[in-house]
Amino acid sequence: MPSLLFYLLSLITLGFGFMVVTGRNPVTCALCLAASFTGLAALFIGLDAYFIGIIQILVYAGAVMVLFLFIIMLLDIKAEEGKHLKLAPIVSGVLVAVLLVLQIATVVSSTGISAKTPENTPLAMSEAAGKLGRAALPTITNDLKDGTLPDAKLIGFTLFDQYGFHLQVIGLLLLVGTIGVVVLSKREKGGAA
Amino acid sequence: MISLGHYLVVSGILFALGLAGVIARRNIIIVYMCLEMMLSAANLALVGFSRFHPVNGLPDYTAQSLVFFTITVAAAEVAVGLAIIVALFRTKQSVDVESVTKLQG
Repeated sequence: MPSLLFYLLSLITLGFGFMVVTGRNPVTCALCLAASFTGLAALFIGLDAYFIGIIQILVYAGAVMVLFLFIIMLLDIKAEEGKHLKLAPIVSGVLVAVLLVLQIATVVSSTGISAKTPENTPLAMSEAAGKLGRAALPTITNDLKDGTLPDAKLIGFTLFDQYGFHLQVIGLLLLVGTIGVVVLSKREKGGAA
Repeated sequence: MISLGHYLVVSGILFALGLAGVIARRNIIIVYMCLEMMLSAANLALVGFSRFHPVNGLPDYTAQSLVFFTITVAAAEVAVGLAIIVALFRTKQSVDVESVTKLQG
């Protein structure tokens, strides 16, 4: 990915992220978060993670943000009043965030991580076709020989080949989540709620 | 030249923004949005590591499988969390985190 594009997308992601943290109106915050997630999805695609980028847009910028907006509008939440701002949480929040960024920047600059660029860690599609091992399905090797990255196919293979059990646990988690939401949102008969 | 370090710093800043929001904001829905932001920041670091540590000339798809699982867990967490917020709003008529003090010692 060109440097300019990286900086532009990072600016979109971080700028809208900043507006989420500072915004007064919850609807504005939710829309800024959707924009931030879209920028992040573009960063993913720039990292050759096409499947994850599309999933990011579908799940986060689509489903999750619609859920947030739906709840905000259902509860009819007004913008916060400016007068009862407390100084202590804001100062501590900013302080912790700044310390964290400084720490990460120090770690990143002190290790050899910054030396890794797309140029010196290139993807070798056609060479990789011969080294796939169990993943050497015709559909994957043909794509690799054509020089395209069969991103979704390889993630699917990894998931179902190595993480089949984990995938079923995640399915169970979603089921439990669904049941939990139904139980939580049901009004008790004659209850005070 | 864009290196892995750049992506990690962007991920770190996004995580710190989310953390600052979780600590400083008092609207529980915005606290939740900031939590989502922190999860996404972790995903960015994972995808960055996946791309810059190729296995046999391909990105490390173990990391991207982990991102897939993270996104699923985040979606389930949002659904349950928002249901809790709705239940909370029904009893307190407020989404301010300081209106919930029943467990305070």
